[in-house]
Amino acid sequence: MSRLTSRLPAPLARLAARLTTHFTSHRSQGIFFAIVALGILLPILSRVPPFGALQSINAWTNAFTIAVIYSILAIGLNVVIGFAGLLDLGYAAFFALGGYTYALVASPFLNIHLPFWPVLIIGAIIGAIFGVLLGAPTLRLRGDYLAIVTLGFGEIVPITLLNADKFTAGTIGIGGIDKPNIPGLYNFDLTNPWPFYILVLAMLAIVVIVVYRLEDSKIGRAWEAIREDELAAESSGINTTISKLQAFAVGAAIAGFIGVFNAAKLTIVAPDMFGFVVSVSTLSAVVLGGMGNVVGVGIGAFVIYLIQSVFLKQLSILFTQLSIPILKDIDFLQFQYVLYGAALVIMMLRRPQGIFPARRRHRTFTDATGNSK
Amino acid sequence: MALLELKDVNTYYGAVHALRGVSLKVEEGEIVTLIGSNGAGKTTTLRTISGLERARSGSITLNGQSIESLPPHQIVALGISHAPEGRRVFARMSVRENLEMGAFLRRGADVEKDFQKVFELFPRLKEREFQAAGTMSGGEQQMLAIGRALMAQPKILLLDEPSMGLAPILVEQIFDIVKEINQRGTAVLLVEQNAMMALGIAKRGYILQIGEVTLGDDAAKLANNPKVKEAYLGV
Repeated sequence: MSRLTSRLPAPLARLAARLTTHFTSHRSQGIFFAIVALGILLPILSRVPPFGALQSINAWTNAFTIAVIYSILAIGLNVVIGFAGLLDLGYAAFFALGGYTYALVASPFLNIHLPFWPVLIIGAIIGAIFGVLLGAPTLRLRGDYLAIVTLGFGEIVPITLLNADKFTAGTIGIGGIDKPNIPGLYNFDLTNPWPFYILVLAMLAIVVIVVYRLEDSKIGRAWEAIREDELAAESSGINTTISKLQAFAVGAAIAGFIGVFNAAKLTIVAPDMFGFVVSVSTLSAVVLGGMGNVVGVGIGAFVIYLIQSVFLKQLSILFTQLSIPILKDIDFLQFQYVLYGAALVIMMLRRPQGIFPARRRHRTFTDATGNSK
Repeated sequence: MALLELKDVNTYYGAVHALRGVSLKVEEGEIVTLIGSNGAGKTTTLRTISGLERARSGSITLNGQSIESLPPHQIVALGISHAPEGRRVFARMSVRENLEMGAFLRRGADVEKDFQKVFELFPRLKEREFQAAGTMSGGEQQMLAIGRALMAQPKILLLDEPSMGLAPILVEQIFDIVKEINQRGTAVLLVEQNAMMALGIAKRGYILQIGEVTLGDDAAKLANNPKVKEAYLGV
């Protein structure tokens, strides 16, 4: 930052410094403006060559919307893995539960049509409940063992959704899911991606602010202590049982929350949308982005999604159009896992803390009057 | 009534019978030391008191209130602080944050006073207030572990091997501070390999052998007991 500002003319540098101090003490505002800026910048960037040549602006906006969904998912998983240090390999299950919650109560399938907004909250609550249900029996487990149980849970949920076809329409999935309309004010139109884009950015802002506040709270400090040394945390008087359940609940609530939006955006949910692959790519995003760093894991997920869904796809199309021998027959989308794998191996060898390592800020508890000590 | 009392405590690790009917007392204002060779059950005794292990039978009381079935955080809240073996400071947190974690269950202005008290006892920690705990020397980390335990305002402090891996001069410093803490009104249950030094500052002591208390006496008498001398004092 200082390197940047030192090159600016003095008045601008002063302004930058003032803004920096302002947003350091008012982080929620800072997050809000950063996301607004990002929201404006991304569509503009997508017009600039070479990005503009790849696909239409609406296609880009759709891609950004889904990429932000995965960012939110990674930020939620980061609470469990990055903050509390609990390895969860079945995170997609909570994403599925949120999606199916909305699908069941807002589609022609059961012919119930509840409005989107309250279900957004219900989805988060259902996520949290299942988070606690998964967390409670696994409290004594650590590391590898916890990973195996969560992996199992991540498999059970989609398999149940697949087989309970009376309630979930099985493999076909539930389609025709309602749009997130604001009754009497605004109706979403599936051909117009912009309102979805704005909504998902608003959800991102909410999630990031909530997660940052939690990180700085007593709950967040307890998570950090457990991650660093569970025995020392217990000896310091932290109720590790409650603390870990809180981490599972918050992580799962975020997945449920964004799961509801995901269902509304795609208008369909099916079991194969929530498989192990989703859990693993979210985990990769957390590891690549930098475990514990909220912004880092968000960017990690965003970039991973864009690479797989835009660049690899366009690469395939490009080579097919140019009909270059051999290359035109390769489906580059198939290569995404090779890329993940290679990226993860390289990261673990070269930069195990992630692209954006979590930097520890010195934190203090605030006293009763709300002033920092 | 004793401040802390263990009666016939039995603790198991799976099928291993680690504590075989341990009974001991710590009175208000005392330093009591537990001496024994490796694997005698010293650490297990402390872990059982602080709730990190469950006693299968027997009773543990603090001021007459039975605590053997309480979880660790409630035991801390009642006034038993445990500075665990191997220091176990939160390596990536600063010294100040570590101390804050020790005061996790407390709130209000008197926490600030306790920072000052800990910094008085350990001026080194004041110097390193904002340094990451993991980057400090072993002795400093031990000071921090004790300071962190004190931040919970314990009635009794459980210290597990505070001298482990420290240079002799540092060991002496640590023991002086333990005495000082005790003089300020906190009872101490001290587990030590360095039996000579432990008996030097303790009022009473217990000898632990393969999970059983085989001897309990005034520290001075234990230090002069020929059997103890031969087995633990290396004389």
